[in-house]
Amino acid sequence: MTTLTTDADTAAVRRAIAGTERPPRPGPLQAALTFGWRGMLKVKHVPEQLLDVTVTPVMFLLMFTYLFGGAIAGSTSAYLDYTLPGLLVMSVLFTTVYSGVALNTDLTKGVVDRFRSLPIWRPAPLLGSLLGDSVRYVVAGTVIIVVGVLLGYRPDAGVSGAVAALALVVVFSFGLSWAFSVLGLLLRSPNAVMNAGFMGIFPLTFLSNVFVDPATLPGPLQAFVDVNPISILATASRSLMAGEPDVPAILVSLAVAAALALVFLPITTRLYRSR
Amino acid sequence: MPLHAPLAVEATALTKSYGATTAVDGLDLAVPAGTVYGVLGPNGAGKTTTIRMLATLIRPDSGSARVLGHDVVTEADAVRAEVSLTGQLASVDEELTGRENLVLLGRLLGLSRAGARARADELLEAFGIATAAGRLVKHYSGGMRRRLDIAASIVVTPRLMFLDEPTTGLDPRSRNQVWEIARALVAGGTTILLCTQYLEEADQLADGIAVIDHGRVIAEGTPAQLKASVGTGALHVRLLDPDRRPDAAGVLERALGPVSLQPDPAVLSATCPDPARAAAAVAELARTGIGLAHFSLDQPSLDEVFLALTGRGAEEPPGSAPTFEEQTS
Repeated sequence: MTTLTTDADTAAVRRAIAGTERPPRPGPLQAALTFGWRGMLKVKHVPEQLLDVTVTPVMFLLMFTYLFGGAIAGSTSAYLDYTLPGLLVMSVLFTTVYSGVALNTDLTKGVVDRFRSLPIWRPAPLLGSLLGDSVRYVVAGTVIIVVGVLLGYRPDAGVSGAVAALALVVVFSFGLSWAFSVLGLLLRSPNAVMNAGFMGIFPLTFLSNVFVDPATLPGPLQAFVDVNPISILATASRSLMAGEPDVPAILVSLAVAAALALVFLPITTRLYRSR
Repeated sequence: MPLHAPLAVEATALTKSYGATTAVDGLDLAVPAGTVYGVLGPNGAGKTTTIRMLATLIRPDSGSARVLGHDVVTEADAVRAEVSLTGQLASVDEELTGRENLVLLGRLLGLSRAGARARADELLEAFGIATAAGRLVKHYSGGMRRRLDIAASIVVTPRLMFLDEPTTGLDPRSRNQVWEIARALVAGGTTILLCTQYLEEADQLADGIAVIDHGRVIAEGTPAQLKASVGTGALHVRLLDPDRRPDAAGVLERALGPVSLQPDPAVLSATCPDPARAAAAVAELARTGIGLAHFSLDQPSLDEVFLALTGRGAEEPPGSAPTFEEQTS
């Protein structure tokens, strides 16, 4: 008989109801960290999610290095040196789209309504899930660097250069992910968020200096590529890996991240509140 | 209800529109503290929109509401601190385990790490989910899932609980369990606002009922008062020959008024204001040559209440008041 374990025990339910006192409200930080913990649990339960965001960049890495690398840079190893810091940027930025997808999935499931009915600091669920997402960003970035090293990539600045580049890219992604959170709140389905997100991030990544040196591009395109924040971030990441930090590029990257957060964070919070 | 009973919910002229559709249209509601109050209506009547406004999830376009003495717009945080949502409205996280869901909510409500774990285990045990505590919720059965929903709503016992269609899609055994839990909550002092389209559910649990249709309260009272307002009773008739049901329905409609056809093809019923007219109606059936296997005069069911109030059954989509011919064709 399994009735003992599959039925509610009314007497115990009564005891459970009687035995509670309302604890003090959690502080903003505790609430946000709790949501961060929720994000990590999801990664733990569905590690396949990480495959989605790591397989594509690894594929690009292999394809570009061995298929086009020789033609673009003369040799595959020379090309790997050029493109790996850029691919780090691409793989982590692609992951930010999934922040919007995850938010939209929450909304379609109704669990958000429970969170919204709790007496907690209102932006906590959003901040917390981005905190959890940053784990994904780090994993995605690490995978690319490790695969690069396996293929023969050696950053001049060693481990510390790679860590610094990864940190910069993760901070940038933190800012960018608010833009995808807005998409996640505006669009109807997780799939729509994914499509719209990649429709934006894909061309922006290709129209940057991630894959080719813009010197070979026609004038107007080159002008665009030069001001594309993704180019600037890739340049900054390259400089950190090479051990010759390009300070202006790093500062511009951080400023763009801050600007993205300043614009999209309030919109996200407002949309989240009114949904 | 006593005049001075404190009200857990007090809504005045609540209105909410979505585009051209008015989901809630000047709704008034008074829910005495410590009771189960049923909001009864068909799909699309505005039940869920009403609860979402009362639970501070959406703002009313106009009108006002106080929940446990706090205004739902200007004191939303104070409302949130004392209410819980469950049912169709607020669910649990399917991609976490049952235990993780409860620990998560415990932490969000301010319990310590150890306190949240202890509370989760206590609830998992009480609600009979302990053996599935480590399984992802998406693999739960419907009944287990609903119990977890409710457990999630009482991690800290709320003073007011919104139960939205808590038993939709459940088998009778799970449904009875959910009802038992609801009764235990009320016994513990929690007020429950129950939204349902199941008449039996409102009848089973609710002390007071508001019947709503097209976003307005069309009737209000205790289940007994509602039944009494419709008539002293309902005449139930079982025919010898189910094929004669359309004829019988015609006779009863002329004699008594709106007729509802029961799922059993030989049975139909009609509300009637007094027993004498029921007797006359039965005599008329006999005179027309329609054979009866059985007839009885009962208290009307809430289904019949709805029919009498709106001119249509509760199960039918709103917007059309089908005539008798449409019902039988």
